[in-house]
Amino acid sequence: MVDMKATSSEGGVSAEQLRYARVLDYGMKTGLILLIAGFTTYVSGLMPAQVPFEALPRLWTLPVGEYLGKSGMPSGWAWLSLLASGDVLTVGGIALLAGVSLPCLLVLAPAYAGRRDTGYLAITLMLAGLLVLAASGALVSH
Amino acid sequence: MSPDRGARLRWLLRWMMVAAAFFPALAHAAGAEGATPWWVWPLALFIVCFLLGVIAVPAGIGGGVLFVPIVSGFFPFHLDFVRGAGLLVALSGALAAGPGLLRAGFADLRLGLPLTLVASAGAIVGALIGFSLPVSTVQVALGITILFIAAFMWRAKKSEYPEVARPDSLGAALRMNGIFHDPASGRDVPWHVHRTPLGLVLFAGIGVLAGVFGLGAGWANVPVLNLVMGVPLKLSAGTSGFILSIVDSSAAWVYLNKGALIAIVAAPSVIGMMLGAFIGGRLLKTLKASMIRKLVIVILLFAGVRALTKGLGWWT
Repeated sequence: MVDMKATSSEGGVSAEQLRYARVLDYGMKTGLILLIAGFTTYVSGLMPAQVPFEALPRLWTLPVGEYLGKSGMPSGWAWLSLLASGDVLTVGGIALLAGVSLPCLLVLAPAYAGRRDTGYLAITLMLAGLLVLAASGALVSH
Repeated sequence: MSPDRGARLRWLLRWMMVAAAFFPALAHAAGAEGATPWWVWPLALFIVCFLLGVIAVPAGIGGGVLFVPIVSGFFPFHLDFVRGAGLLVALSGALAAGPGLLRAGFADLRLGLPLTLVASAGAIVGALIGFSLPVSTVQVALGITILFIAAFMWRAKKSEYPEVARPDSLGAALRMNGIFHDPASGRDVPWHVHRTPLGLVLFAGIGVLAGVFGLGAGWANVPVLNLVMGVPLKLSAGTSGFILSIVDSSAAWVYLNKGALIAIVAAPSVIGMMLGAFIGGRLLKTLKASMIRKLVIVILLFAGVRALTKGLGWWT
């Protein structure tokens, strides 16, 4: 009845779970470092800001649609063209954190495919597809 | 309670009271246009998130559930940005803890993946719903949800190693089972799940709530895994973190694409909460967890009433 996890490689933890953990560890640390570095350069003035600090108290009280209209900040993936600004670079760190699960899921797929575990291969690919769909911006109207 | 532990708890409570007195003063100052320099708010946000991080770990919660009602209630930021930052706070905590939990076997991929799939779909739908509703409606619903969570935390039971007489057919087909090694007791505990279809439905609902309000959903994930599906408590807590790391990512992309994740709100929140959680983890051995849990419930009640009355326009 109990699955002993045939692929076990370390203390009962499956090899694919350890692989997932390794990719997650690298991605999470890179995202956090970029977030902290971006924010430090932003608030210290080392990099220019897309939205002037003095304008922020007027803008952060607005709904997001109005905020974008009045601040000139981009939505969707348009921030990629503005990475020279400290506030947008910080958003890059956020995007990395939000996206790190995708490569983690993709390293699982070959393991499930190799074992002909079609159920979990399908679940993993559907989950990865869902993340790609959410990240693409196709679900969001601007 | 030892004198050392009592002194630490009094120190923590004193800080909480100072912070509680600080929020309304700042909120009042925000009413006077231009009275508060811009940097006061991110700094206050960092301090508040640090304190929330300190108490979140001993209370056994992620922090997002405290963040959204408190910051939306007492800071001038629009709810759109607060919900986005709340998701990011919950996501960062789950990502930071994830590798360790997975390596140590405290989280189980095979158990988590199917639940994550339905919860992620729910979270994306929830995030889209959240942006389509009037802000006052979301604020009222947030207040009601937070008050419900406070009552739920007060009443919720736990079961270290739940009895599952017979696995259900779906759980068995997905091979959601294994042997959990508990390092604290040295026991190897065979586990399997039951009521998997109900668990999937509940996780879809939890995902919607996470997406609408920007709340981390550990408060709901753990009881569903532990009490509904019969997963050992520690494995439930660890797998909940893994589930959160993907569910919150899914919803965070909707907020990111909408432009609702802004650096000045999100970054101090994440950095403050993670530093606080680091300290909170160290205090775990000296603070009494049940006492901290009661403190969190009181804060949730206060924040829930604030969110509800703000949404109804009674306390703006």
